[in-house]
Amino acid sequence: MSSPFIQAPLGPPAPALAPAQAVTLHINGEDRTIQLAPWTSLLDALREYLDLTGTKKGCDHGQCGACTVLVDGKRINSCLALATVYQGKQITTIEGIGGEDNLSPLQQAFIDHDAFQCGYCTPGQICSAQGLINEGRAKTADEVRELMSGNLCRCGAYTNILSAVMEVLHDGQVVVDNGTLVTIPMQPTKAI
Amino acid sequence: MNSFTLTQAAAADEAVRDFAGHAGAAYLGGGTNLIDLMKENVARPTHLTSLGHLPLGDISSLPEGGLRLGALATNADTAWHPEVEKRYPLLSQTILAGATPQLRNMATDGGNLLQRTRCYYFSDLATPCNKREPGSGCAALHGQNRVCGVLGTSESCIATHPSDMCVALAALEAVVRVQGPDGERSIKFEDFHRLPGNTPQFDNTLKAGELVTAIDLPAQGYASNFTYLKLRDRSSYAFALVSVAVGLEMEGNTIKKARFALGGVAHKPWRDPAAEQLLEGQPASPDLFRQVAAKVFASAKGYEFNSFKIELGKRAIVRALKQATEMSQPLDSNAFLNSNP
Repeated sequence: MSSPFIQAPLGPPAPALAPAQAVTLHINGEDRTIQLAPWTSLLDALREYLDLTGTKKGCDHGQCGACTVLVDGKRINSCLALATVYQGKQITTIEGIGGEDNLSPLQQAFIDHDAFQCGYCTPGQICSAQGLINEGRAKTADEVRELMSGNLCRCGAYTNILSAVMEVLHDGQVVVDNGTLVTIPMQPTKAI
Repeated sequence: MNSFTLTQAAAADEAVRDFAGHAGAAYLGGGTNLIDLMKENVARPTHLTSLGHLPLGDISSLPEGGLRLGALATNADTAWHPEVEKRYPLLSQTILAGATPQLRNMATDGGNLLQRTRCYYFSDLATPCNKREPGSGCAALHGQNRVCGVLGTSESCIATHPSDMCVALAALEAVVRVQGPDGERSIKFEDFHRLPGNTPQFDNTLKAGELVTAIDLPAQGYASNFTYLKLRDRSSYAFALVSVAVGLEMEGNTIKKARFALGGVAHKPWRDPAAEQLLEGQPASPDLFRQVAAKVFASAKGYEFNSFKIELGKRAIVRALKQATEMSQPLDSNAFLNSNP
């Protein structure tokens, strides 16, 4: 004898989810086509569908900058971007900026200046710093501080991040507090 | 986030039709506020009309000397546009005082006008909020209301409009161009945002389905005498507790024309035309500025944790007017770095 509870209707059917669609993203010079639901963020598409896990999920609300990638050379928060509307754009992630055998100047500078501790914010910091250099607006240390304000570092490595960015910005030179450019040797900054 | 469908429109009229054809639709611009609110379940659209392919990203000169900002121009492209930097440095500095470089690269000018309040209770689904859930009550009235408004508030809502850019657009007397199911129209900036009254769910006077297509700036950009003073808890990436955007026309020490607006104090960028008139035709002086500041805040009402905004606001007006009158040459657009308190 079947149970009346199983036979009883369970109310209106659940609303159907919007179907996944083929989405082609141009990432690090390559076209990648994946099936995505409309609500998939660019960050989730990179990490969960394309195995590009260099880009990190921190707050997922556009506050921390860990998810920063470059779109047509400009830095954005990939957590607030719906992947499907970024078709046709040139997307660059930390993997596209450089790897173990071909470190970009910023990546090398981050190592030389010991510009991280846990390293979780670092891909976002480097993509953001690359965006800052592309913009060509920041020149002084104060300007770099202001224009890197979208990237939080929970370990507090800001001083060395600033040194690393300043070095690449000024091609191996840094601006000291009185405004003059000084060439510094490429070596790790000692802890203060 | 709830399930939704998404259409990428190619033109404004197509977007307006797509929106009208879907109950529960929302327009998607840069997404920096909407997607965030959708993740919090505060916004629950069932359809998004994406505007990314609309040809509304240009910034172009208007025949009568003004400048048109396409609704989809990004905040960053606007702040660093040569014509904006040269003719409307107030707008440029004001945009750069808000958010972060990443957000400014995504956020659009139209979207900046439409961003929702950052009152804590608006995004906290566990508490009542008349703006989010009309009729549920206002948790901020007797809650953590330090960031809330002191001018034009109501028993229903004491939230503030969070934008910096809009404070400058109010002082510049911009005009918002919109397109909707009934065609196109223009809205004076002072009429675009509204006071909460007992319908705080409406931030602005847009009708259902209307799309912002452009923001027109008048020819007068006050490039010689202007200031954006933003007072906040930290010197970067924080909303204003109080901000003041000032544009003046000066003749020697005499103020010929004055426009100013306040952010962080009301449900809309706050202008007081009678206070502006007090300045016009008068020589600039601290006494006059104090008189003007007192007039602006005469009707202010403080709440448990935000009464400090009344005195802070008065002092901010005096300081901003002083800075604007004493300017001898335009500052560059990076001057905001050095103007922090």
